[in-house]
Amino acid sequence: MSSTAHTHGAHEPVKKSTGRLALAWVLVGIPLAYGVFQTLTQVAALFG
Amino acid sequence: MGFLDRDHSIAPPGFNRWLVPPAALAVHLCIGQAYATSVYKTALVKHFGASLTEVGVIFSIAIVMLGLSAAVMGTWVDTNGPRKAMFTSAMFWVGGFVIGSVGIFTRQLWLVYLGYGFVGGIGLGIGYISPVSTLIKWFPDRPGLATGMAIMGFGGGALIASPVSQALLKAYDPNSGAQGWVASGDAVGKLFLTLAVVYLAYMLFGAFTVRVPADGWRPAGFDPAKVKAAKLVTTENVSARNAIKTRQFWLVWVALFCNVTAGIGILEQAAPMIQDFFRQSDGKSLVSAGVAAGFVGLLSIGNMSGRFAWSATSDVTGRKRIYMVYLGVGAVLYTVLALAGSSATALYVVLAFVIISFYGGGFATVPAYLRDLFGTYQVGAIHGRLLTAWSAAGVAGPLIVNGILDAQGKPGQLNAASYQPALLTMVALLIIGFVANLLVKPVDARFHEPRPERRTSSMEA
Repeated sequence: MSSTAHTHGAHEPVKKSTGRLALAWVLVGIPLAYGVFQTLTQVAALFG
Repeated sequence: MGFLDRDHSIAPPGFNRWLVPPAALAVHLCIGQAYATSVYKTALVKHFGASLTEVGVIFSIAIVMLGLSAAVMGTWVDTNGPRKAMFTSAMFWVGGFVIGSVGIFTRQLWLVYLGYGFVGGIGLGIGYISPVSTLIKWFPDRPGLATGMAIMGFGGGALIASPVSQALLKAYDPNSGAQGWVASGDAVGKLFLTLAVVYLAYMLFGAFTVRVPADGWRPAGFDPAKVKAAKLVTTENVSARNAIKTRQFWLVWVALFCNVTAGIGILEQAAPMIQDFFRQSDGKSLVSAGVAAGFVGLLSIGNMSGRFAWSATSDVTGRKRIYMVYLGVGAVLYTVLALAGSSATALYVVLAFVIISFYGGGFATVPAYLRDLFGTYQVGAIHGRLLTAWSAAGVAGPLIVNGILDAQGKPGQLNAASYQPALLTMVALLIIGFVANLLVKPVDARFHEPRPERRTSSMEA
């Protein structure tokens, strides 16, 4: 992940915003992980 | 509503660009529900006393509207920015569920056509393209990875919506414990309203999290000169109006159309196809209905993971090369599937999984391919126009496969040989797509937008 960024040609360090970043990824990651898990459970029948 | 304007969504200095992919995913995970309509299809057939085809029209209208609205609204999305686009998409998508639920509660099928199909379909189209050009601008160093992450959500949306919808239907229907239970219309109506509330929250989260980069922004360490070195990657810009006049646009259109048509051919028939492939001489299949359902789930994962993995890989290989893999290797795999797929279940499953991952990869890679050819200026609008290939393939794929299979025999009597003509037709399509992709060359300079400095120097001259 990039730690710095250019804005209008000038170096501007990226704010860490770890909490906000984690929350955003958790909000989309948990439902996605749930969906993949449920599907894999169903897929197990294929190899059972 | 000024807070939705593009100007109000310009990222402040130091904004972390990795907040943009989850915002995009939030929208795509919601609209990806469109692929989970089979969960309540039987319930709607029973509730309305309609045929499967009549209920299937709901989904068909939604997909046609997806293509049309993406094509028509693409320029509007590029002009107004992702926040307003995501907000508008949320209003249409959620509005579609609400109108649809009224149709279900009042037993008016036409209201479900209007709601979920027409209104919701517009939300699908706007939502699908809303984050694409923004992601490409935030990730000029890895556009394939960025669009792959978002468009993966469209594949993943159904994986979430299917089990959640099944659980909610059971919770809303007091008769869910009965043998041979089919959900009541009332339960489906309540499901629609619940999904509307959840999707509204998620899509608004996406709309208010997304930001556009300030003019001139670029990621640290990113050297545009390296991008310029790639033959097919332009540093020029082509407008959407001019893009559709180029040979390149239509060659990519054909490549996408062929890739999607071939993928839909398998997806549409996934469950009955694996059973038919392993049908014994006594008419019974070695593959049970439960195992076939597991196979469909596996294909969904292949579709979703292919969107991310292959699109991210295209940042290394280049877009044209990865499309050669989708179409060329895809044609070879389809041929092996047609001729030897019935020899072993494991071989069949692996082949189908890789083929479907190519199908997903084609969707996720194409925005970056367009960026390479036409620049970032109106890439969202160009992408919207290209998605008409999806709509066309959505009609052509099932028509080809069902038409050929109908001529081979009745469902339940088909075997592996019955599928060979359909699969070999898909091989021919993939070869056409391969040739079209092979012919893609850089866009002629006469289609490029004038650069400001060129305009100035010509005025000085």
